[in-house]
Order: sequence, then C-alpha cells, then structure tokens
Amino acid sequence: MIQSLDPRITRAEIEENNSISPLKDLDQWETYEVFHQKKRGDQHMHVGIVHAPNAEMALLFAKEQYGRRGVSVNIWVVCTRDVFTSDYDDTDMFDVSEKQYREAGGYKVMEKINKYKKANKI
Amino acid sequence: MSDKTVAATIDLLYKIADDLLIIGHRNSEWTGLGPILEEDISFSSMAQDKIGQSQGVFTILHQLGEPEMDTNAFHRSAESFHNAQFVELPNGEYDFSLMRHFLYDHADQIRFEMLANSSFEPIAKLARKIKGEIKYHVYHANVWVVKLSTANKESHERMQTALNICWNYALGMFEESNYEKTLINEEIFVGENELKKKWLENITPFLEKASLKIPSESTWKPVYGGRNCNHTEHLKPLVLEMSEVFNIDPDAEW
Repeated sequence: MIQSLDPRITRAEIEENNSISPLKDLDQWETYEVFHQKKRGDQHMHVGIVHAPNAEMALLFAKEQYGRRGVSVNIWVVCTRDVFTSDYDDTDMFDVSEKQYREAGGYKVMEKINKYKKANKI
Repeated sequence: MSDKTVAATIDLLYKIADDLLIIGHRNSEWTGLGPILEEDISFSSMAQDKIGQSQGVFTILHQLGEPEMDTNAFHRSAESFHNAQFVELPNGEYDFSLMRHFLYDHADQIRFEMLANSSFEPIAKLARKIKGEIKYHVYHANVWVVKLSTANKESHERMQTALNICWNYALGMFEESNYEKTLINEEIFVGENELKKKWLENITPFLEKASLKIPSESTWKPVYGGRNCNHTEHLKPLVLEMSEVFNIDPDAEW
C-alpha cells in the first residue's frame, strides 16, 4: 500500500504497483465554450472551455471555473461541436489592410464619448 | 433576550456551525481526487464555501459570549460537537458523497431560508448574505443526482444504494432539541419538524425525476444523537486531522 504524507492517499489503500493507466486521448466528455457577461447589457465574452456530458452540467462547471474569481451576471455555454468556424487557411479572405477607410475605429471613440456623456449626464 | 432564549439560540447556532464545518471538511477531502478536473474544482469550492459559512455562524456565537472562532473550531474535542452524525460519516465512493451533498444541502437551504426571517437579526442577516451560494450548491446537487441516476443501470443502482445508506442518517439531521418551544415562540426558528416537512417536499420531485425510491416510511429509523454530542467513531479522527496544522502553533499569524 502507498503510504503518503497526505492522509487521504494512505486511506485510499492504493497498491504500490497499481494497474491504473492514463485514459486514451479524447476518452472523455466533449467540450463546451464558455461566455460570461460581467454586467447586464455588456457583451458576453469568451473565457474558455469546460468538459461536460451535457449543457446543463457545462453551465454548472462554468460557474465555478470562470465565475468564482470575478463578477459575472450571466453565463452562456455552447457545445464546441456546434461552433461553425472559418479555416485558418482562409485568413486571406479577411485581408482589408489596404482598405483603412473601412476601419471602425470611429465607433470606439463614440463609445468613449457616450460613456463620458452618460457618466457626466451631458 | 432572556437567558433561556440566549441558550436556545446558542444551541441552534452550534448545530448549524458544526454541520457546516464538518461537512465542509469531509467534502474537502475530495480535493485533488475528484472524478474530473471541473468537478473537483466545483466540489472543492463548495466545501470552501461551507467552511466560510460556518465561520459566519461561529462569529455570531462569539458575539453571544462563546469562545473565539478559531478556538471554537479547532480546540474542541469531538465529544463537544453538535453536528448530525450524517455529516461526519467517511466519504467512501463519490455516489455517497453526492447523495449526502444533495440531502444535506436541501436541508441547509431551507434552514437558512427560514432563518432569513428570524427575529434574531445577526443570523437573519447571514442567511440573506449566503443565499446565492447555497442556491448554487443545491443546483449542483440536483443536476448530478438526476444525471447519474438516469445515466445507466449501474449508476442508477449506485445512487439508489447511496440513498438507502444515507436515509436514516439524513433524518437524524432533524433531531429536536430541548429548546424547540423557545425557538418557535421567540420566532427565532420555526423548528426541526417544519424543516423536515419542507425538506421532504423539496427533495421528492428531484428523486422522482431521478427514478429513485425513498425507503418506505415504516422502515424509517432516524439516527439521532449528534445534536447531543453523541458521535460515531469517525468524528474523532476527523477533528484531529482538521486541527492538526492549527495545533502545531496555535498562536501563529496566518
């Protein structure tokens, strides 16, 4: 039996030569993408993934993984399998580097202005 | 408050604080050994919440003239704990711990809901503060119990066996004290019987959803004793292990 400084391990009475082997790759639950919202009205932000057997349990785990250290008011979970993505080989499709007139930088400034107006009740 | 009311309140608070501290410690024994990483974190985090909640109750006890929190939690012998025997039982398999978590946390939630309207303001205030935390604990328990009980034959059988093992111990949580009348009359707490009634109402729909059968009422034999400091042989080693680090240097600053 394995004798450990951790009494829980000793109590588990594990054989010295135990036959427990690591799981095979992907021999586990599928993943869910987690999005959290810091305050009502904000956009949900992608924060990471959790493994879960269903959406309900994914929500359960997401709350502790991503909600325990910061403020959240709402969480979304989406099965990774259901996320339809573009291919990195197609990154060239998005090349707009020569079309700066399309850049939406102005929106960011407007956001700041609106926030300032709201805060100062202008 | 009259002396009798104070004594009744102290008795009630010890039950609550000791239940929370002991189940918090038991559940924390799963840390690092949980079935999967995400669940390990969730279960450990809830165990930590429980200890934190007990801290809240010990603080109120101290305000009522009882020893200081750390002393009270770590310097008491097992023979003076008021927790139900249910929460001191060793973990065994995860099915047992989950079932205990389900049965205990439903009772815990209702107890604090009732205490939120207590005439004793400090406990009412604490009850309102930890409401959200307990809500998650109960949600976690419900999801797991229903999921495992309906997953396959083996998991269903395991959960049913766990329920059978837990049942009479769980009923022991509602052991009445000599102060029931005082607590009820002074509107501090509505009493263990009311709590038990509501508990049965709350857990039944989830057990039905999980196709789990509550043992037939004619076989019910609540395991009492814990509230009067009678415990199984399992509490003493737990208390020693829990206070081991504290007792190396009781005056250490953390």
